[in-house]
Amino acid sequence: MRRDRTLVLVGAVLAGVLVGGAFIPQWAMFIVTIAFAQGLVALGLMLLLRAGLVSFGQALYYCLGAYAAGALGRFVGVADIFVQMLAGALVAGFAAFVLGFLLAKYRGIFFGLLSLALSMILYGLLVKNEALGSTDGFNILPSTLFGIRPGPQWVRYAVMASAAVVSFLLALIVHRYLRTPLGRLAPAIKDNEIRVEYMGASARYAVHVKYVIAAVLAGVGGALAATTVGHIDPEMAFWTTSGEFIFITILAGTGNVIAPFAGALIYGAIRTTAYDLSPNTWQLSLGTALLLIIVFLPEGLWSLFKRHARHP
Amino acid sequence: MPVILDARGLCKNFGAVTAAAEVSAAIEKDSVVGLIGTNGAGKTTFINMITGYIKPDQGTIEYEGRDITRLPPRDITRLGICRSFQIPQLYPSLTVYENMLVGLGIVLRNARLAGFFHRREADVPGYGRPAHEVAEHLLDRFGLGDYRNRNAQVLPGGARKLLDIALTMVAKPRILLLDEPTSGVSAQEKFGIMQMVLDAVRAEGATVLFVEHDMEVVSRFAQRVLAFYDGRIIADAPPQAALADENVRRYVSGGHA
Amino acid sequence: MDQLLSVGVDGIIYSAWLFTAALGLTLIYGVMKIVNVTHGSFYALGAYAGASLAGAWLARGYPPMLSYVVLLAAALIVTLVVAPLIERGILRFMYAKDEVVILLITYALFLILEDVIKLIWGVDPYFVAEPYALLGSFEVGGLAYPTYNLILVVLALVSGLGLMGLLQSTRVGKLLLAVIHDPEVSRAMGINVNRYYLATFSFGSLLAALAGSFTAPTVSVVPGLGVDIIVLSFAVVVIGGLGSLPGAALGAVIVGVVRSLSVHYMPQVELFVIYFVMAMVLAFRPRGLFSLAEPRKI
Repeated sequence: MRRDRTLVLVGAVLAGVLVGGAFIPQWAMFIVTIAFAQGLVALGLMLLLRAGLVSFGQALYYCLGAYAAGALGRFVGVADIFVQMLAGALVAGFAAFVLGFLLAKYRGIFFGLLSLALSMILYGLLVKNEALGSTDGFNILPSTLFGIRPGPQWVRYAVMASAAVVSFLLALIVHRYLRTPLGRLAPAIKDNEIRVEYMGASARYAVHVKYVIAAVLAGVGGALAATTVGHIDPEMAFWTTSGEFIFITILAGTGNVIAPFAGALIYGAIRTTAYDLSPNTWQLSLGTALLLIIVFLPEGLWSLFKRHARHP
Repeated sequence: MPVILDARGLCKNFGAVTAAAEVSAAIEKDSVVGLIGTNGAGKTTFINMITGYIKPDQGTIEYEGRDITRLPPRDITRLGICRSFQIPQLYPSLTVYENMLVGLGIVLRNARLAGFFHRREADVPGYGRPAHEVAEHLLDRFGLGDYRNRNAQVLPGGARKLLDIALTMVAKPRILLLDEPTSGVSAQEKFGIMQMVLDAVRAEGATVLFVEHDMEVVSRFAQRVLAFYDGRIIADAPPQAALADENVRRYVSGGHA
Repeated sequence: MDQLLSVGVDGIIYSAWLFTAALGLTLIYGVMKIVNVTHGSFYALGAYAGASLAGAWLARGYPPMLSYVVLLAAALIVTLVVAPLIERGILRFMYAKDEVVILLITYALFLILEDVIKLIWGVDPYFVAEPYALLGSFEVGGLAYPTYNLILVVLALVSGLGLMGLLQSTRVGKLLLAVIHDPEVSRAMGINVNRYYLATFSFGSLLAALAGSFTAPTVSVVPGLGVDIIVLSFAVVVIGGLGSLPGAALGAVIVGVVRSLSVHYMPQVELFVIYFVMAMVLAFRPRGLFSLAEPRKI
């Protein structure tokens, strides 16, 4: 019954974006698309957070996804948005598969710090890399959709619609995963890993799987963000970018697969409004908001919707 | 009866502390064995070694003829050797019902009956019913029905023990290792709990080893007693004989028959 | 040989700076078990306060030699105002929470302080180079180094040795060690743990502010100054072991030398090599090069 509710909600959002989205102004389409991109990264973080792990370096995979998409255009001449997202997913997924062997052994603050270090390594490598533009990065070709290049007034909508569809599919996949034995293992790993091992499951394997899924989501998000913004640079791997994603995840809470996307949208709204109101104090507003949420709503905004933020 | 678990010459040192010195025991199938000894005598270390949490410095452990000495806890559990804990190991933030579901989910997954690509809800092996029904059944069996929707961390001591043991039973173990199953439980409940657990387990034909400090519980339920002291087994006999043994009275029970 | 010598001198100076900057972070973690992101804020606060106060001092024509005292005072003032506010005002209520949650709280505070700094000091750069040039320079292996850099080395030595002395030889130090090992038991024995937390947080933040203040004359003080120092300090502290003082020293030396070598011989890896070392240490010795024992669980 709960599954149906989520399915209906997600479907409604998708329909709303596809239909209503055609009528909103371009700048709004931009914000919505970025919300999907960041929401995907936050969805992955949510998966890890349920198991008690906070990755301070998701920007690593976000950046890898973005540069994969960019490289496709720059060196191969391909700008199809779905191919870009697939490339982002594959590159990020492969990297996470390899790095996961190391990271899945860690918990708590050490997991966080190691993931941070890895993302900063990528940052350091990219900043000094001439072929990829160093600190300036480079621009991305305008997107194509299944070989067709949309007219300039339709590009934003096409990207947004693709983002919505892909996010919809990925959210449902994650929703289903959360109902499998491995998916349900997350709070158990967080609570008592010894008990998990003694029940015949490998916590390390479960964490590795979740880490790869989170990375794939971040890679797709990165590719999407790259296409939407039209430009990529090493800043996407910097620790402050990871901080943004963590902020969104905390804001949203871990109650439902829709939460990260709602959180990303709200974050975008807060950030834009705060910046417009007073460009020198937007960080102050953000920091205050984060503090208030952590202190008063530790389960995130989604807990306002649910009486008990109980996981299915 | 055939030997189901064979420990030979187990040795384990933690720095200057000898936790096990040439510990050997051949456990027969379907037997009920009591492990007694003072704190620090090596009983829990013995269980930790059998279940793979600690690796012995020397010695081997065989289960139905197969060497399991170096296997980690999860593999040993999958083979059918399960244990409960001195301090109950539960999932505090989940409800009692959810605790059971996590365990049943793992059993289903290990039997390859559940996963991302599985469509219908499969029956739990050994119970013949789907997971949510088995969870309810086990909770009732252990008298935890009233606590079904309470978070595990708010349970009183006796209930925590029972949940810990119920979680251990989920995988239908062939060998059940109970570490102080009645400690922290009130005097009048002790016998009831042991009887409940043994009834539930023995119906499936399992071998039971239990660590116990209460000699009355040991006399009543054990068929055989292993007495530990200073990392060694100092007596191996039926309860009457073991408890009357001079060394056991000196080092373990303090002299009541 | 000359190259090697300059690598060495550069390394020592950079290590000294890193050590002073990171010492406070490891102290705060060791005592309070929190990873304190506001560390970067205190560094920036020290830099801004130092630059603006020293700048004002020199502009009024007061004795330039005393500008060093002004730098010291600036760090002290800014810490004594902000640190207790943070610790007593917010952190004190959060100690029961998970260590990652506390980290996020300090991250939120860092964001707030970044803008507070902008509100107070504006966004234009502060450039107060006179104290840097005032002491002249010395020569090593044919290259000239500003003597000012020795102040950083002296600062590092004084804070490091001073702290060690405090911990090992004084009564306060011994009580602090008790708090480090077990705050609950310490409370039960009558030690005012809250006061020790306040003192530790303030002192650790002071070290960061000092590092910032004394760095101010060597750079252009701009917004965002605190951002880089945070990750660098993390790297140093992780390499040495969270909570270990000798570890912070070792970590600072390793990072300093490695950076110096890369700047001289392979500049393209300069940025990534530090985090690479950090990742390597985490991979093989997650608790750092100096670590504490872990208790038994079951």
